Amino acid sequence: MSIGLYRLDDRLIHGQVVVGWGQPLSCRFIVLVDDEVRASDWEQDLYRMGVPESVEVLFASVDEAAAQLPAWESDARVGIVLVGDIDTASRLASQSALRNLNIGGVHHRPGRIERLRYVYLSPDEAAKLRALAASGVQVSAQDVPTARPVPLTEFT
Amino acid sequence: MSDAPLRGVIVSHAAVAEALVAAVRAITGVDDALVAVSNEGCDQQALRERLERATDSQPALLFVDLPGGSCLTSSLRYARGNAQLAVVTGVNLAMLLDFVFHRDASPAEAAKRATEAGGKAIKVGVV
Repeated sequence: MSIGLYRLDDRLIHGQVVVGWGQPLSCRFIVLVDDEVRASDWEQDLYRMGVPESVEVLFASVDEAAAQLPAWESDARVGIVLVGDIDTASRLASQSALRNLNIGGVHHRPGRIERLRYVYLSPDEAAKLRALAASGVQVSAQDVPTARPVPLTEFT
Repeated sequence: MSDAPLRGVIVSHAAVAEALVAAVRAITGVDDALVAVSNEGCDQQALRERLERATDSQPALLFVDLPGGSCLTSSLRYARGNAQLAVVTGVNLAMLLDFVFHRDASPAEAAKRATEAGGKAIKVGVV
């Protein structure tokens, strides 16, 4: 098995990821790809809290993640790769063979329009996701495994 | 430190916090000690803004539902370096009922008391 979920979620490691997806996937490692968190031991300790000891938590910059993705893909364990924003997802995709991306949560901010209950995007952000899809990444939205996956074309 | 009694801010997923505030009010009649904050629809910045409004620059104890996840990470980030704030996890009704009658304490003292009161409430029911 390899990476069971590539997820974009602005809450990064939280209940939906650890429990909602982690349990049914039997996830044994989570990779948090974020340059700022990678540079802060305190932030890393924060994100480790609440993750069961049976699940390894790895932190990577975008460059490190792009280099390590093949190894994670061939890991015998099931893993989840997380990014917190669209620019990080785009940078990772441009440097690696990212094939699919689950939009799990992009919440409201000024300038963003509600697309789904848990996805708010500015026109520029929607265009970036469409560009990602055009480059060959399969993009869909699904907050929890029991929800219907919503294709990008339905919300952008 | 302010002489005002501590404020309790319950930080939870969905409507758990709101329901706990209502339960404490129903049991004790105290309605000015607790404020509910939900993470519903929030990214980390939006949740921080809700915490700022809920604490209103007053000394407060943040009662978080789970020992991990977005409610906790936002609460710890918000409270970091501020002696007026403390954080406990695993909020339950028992610790809140104790808290509302013991608010003349520092946030750190109240946090310790809350974990003791909440922990004592967790038992196997003898049937």
